[in-house]
Amino acid sequence: MAAAWREHDGRMVNAGRTARMPGFGVWTWVFYLFLYAPVVILIIFSFNEGRSATVWNGFSLDWYRRAFTNPSIQRATLNSLIVACSATVVAVALALPVALALSRGKRFYGAGAMHLLLLAPLMVPEIVTAVATLTFFSAIGFRFGLFNVFIAHTVFCLPFAFLPIWARLSHMDEKLESAARDLYANAWQAFVRITLPLLAPGIIAGAMLAFVISLDDFIITLMVADAGATTLPVYIYSMVRVGTSPEINAVSTVLLAASSAVIIAHHFLTREKAAT
Amino acid sequence: MNKLRNFNLPWWLSVGPALLVLCFFMVLPIAIIFSYSLMQADPHGGVVHAFSTDAYLRFLFERDWDDVLQFDLSYFTIFLRSIALAAATTLLCLAISFPAAYYIAGQPPARRNVLLLLITIPFWANLLVRTYCWVLILRDSGLVNTWLGLAGWISSPLPLMYTNGAILIGLVYAYLPFMALPIYATLEKTDWRLINASRDLYANPLQTMRRIVLPLARPGIIAGSIMVFIPSLGAVIAPDLLGGGRKLMIGSLIQLQFSASRNWPFGAANAVILLVFVLLLLYLWRRRGGNTTGAW
Repeated sequence: MAAAWREHDGRMVNAGRTARMPGFGVWTWVFYLFLYAPVVILIIFSFNEGRSATVWNGFSLDWYRRAFTNPSIQRATLNSLIVACSATVVAVALALPVALALSRGKRFYGAGAMHLLLLAPLMVPEIVTAVATLTFFSAIGFRFGLFNVFIAHTVFCLPFAFLPIWARLSHMDEKLESAARDLYANAWQAFVRITLPLLAPGIIAGAMLAFVISLDDFIITLMVADAGATTLPVYIYSMVRVGTSPEINAVSTVLLAASSAVIIAHHFLTREKAAT
Repeated sequence: MNKLRNFNLPWWLSVGPALLVLCFFMVLPIAIIFSYSLMQADPHGGVVHAFSTDAYLRFLFERDWDDVLQFDLSYFTIFLRSIALAAATTLLCLAISFPAAYYIAGQPPARRNVLLLLITIPFWANLLVRTYCWVLILRDSGLVNTWLGLAGWISSPLPLMYTNGAILIGLVYAYLPFMALPIYATLEKTDWRLINASRDLYANPLQTMRRIVLPLARPGIIAGSIMVFIPSLGAVIAPDLLGGGRKLMIGSLIQLQFSASRNWPFGAANAVILLVFVLLLLYLWRRRGGNTTGAW
């Protein structure tokens, strides 16, 4: 039962092959099969020539062509991108100074409460946030179509933008910034030349997560959005309510591909961070 | 040593904007939900500004034609079903993902990274789309029924959709990565020498699992359970798509009250109860040490 121990950075680390549990390896394959089989089925049948999502009739890109030329889908995609981009930019712009103040600034009264408040959108159930925002907008007569959706998205994107920035800041060596100040850089120079470049991966990571969360959001958008402010997930939902069609499979596949691409990029970005 | 403070913006400039946004668009809306839950319903949607506890009473009573309160637990049943389904989801997720998380944590780093990424992708992928996949599989003309029919095992489609089982599958599928990731994060940081030592000292796999691995993985199991239980409890998509509005959960009940049913105070009361329940759970968890897994 000797494990493969290896010296690494002066401490013993496990290079794999430790106490094996019988059957766990096979179980892991079943686990991944369960996780991916339904999605793979969706993707396969999005390329099906016929209408069926159960019987294979032949390969075709027809449903993608139809989806891409459907004006409602184009509109919904555009709405999704507008909301996701603007909510991401604003959420990062709001979260960055908070993260800096919490980890680098003078201690201020209520810092703990502020931290908790920032994470509130993660703790409050999504449906509660959805109906609360809907009620609030209707109570104050706030009806500006896509702008309402943008505000709601900015709020729940905040913690996702904040956490990676904050995590990066707490791992960064503060001595570098102090050294810059010792060498007569003013606060602004030290921030722009030292802190910001070191922090950039955290900011990009936060922006990526906020973007994906906004792009994928369904419940809050469904409750808050007016008829003209439909985003892609809400449009997919309205199609599903009418009945299944291969067109849904095609749009869904595109949406899955988009968020997966961002998450894979995010994974490699943060892994690099861990290595340095 | 005196620590240099390198960020000197006044707090109202740095924290102020985010604080304002959160207070205005998060705290205030929830305060309004609280107040609406204590008002009378306007049948055309919205509320009549008059104090009433009717919304809360509806959980236990129904007002009949003579304005007499009758004991009626149909809404309370929905709440109980939500808790039962969320608990079952949590247990199933734990049973399914624990062996996988353990196996992945024991792999060499390069392989571990790939396997981890494969869990992270569905973690962030669109929940609506992932649930819709199960509609394709479970509906009457879906994959399972068609294949069973072609195999000649069934003559008419099995009613798989619109059942508690369908919702359960949808929920487990939706939140499985939320359980796997914290357990993995805990096991990955564990000192595996302890596990190996127990095997060297002639413990069988079952004993090692029960006496060594499970206690070590405890923070991850608790974190994962919280991360699965809470969103399952307030789930909307799975009961809607796979329960077809026939098997309601509290989340879909809330959504219904603010859309088709147009009883905002009752919807608000449901939202308040769900919120209080969830925050209480999080508070208790925090008091016991909170999230120490490093995964969030």
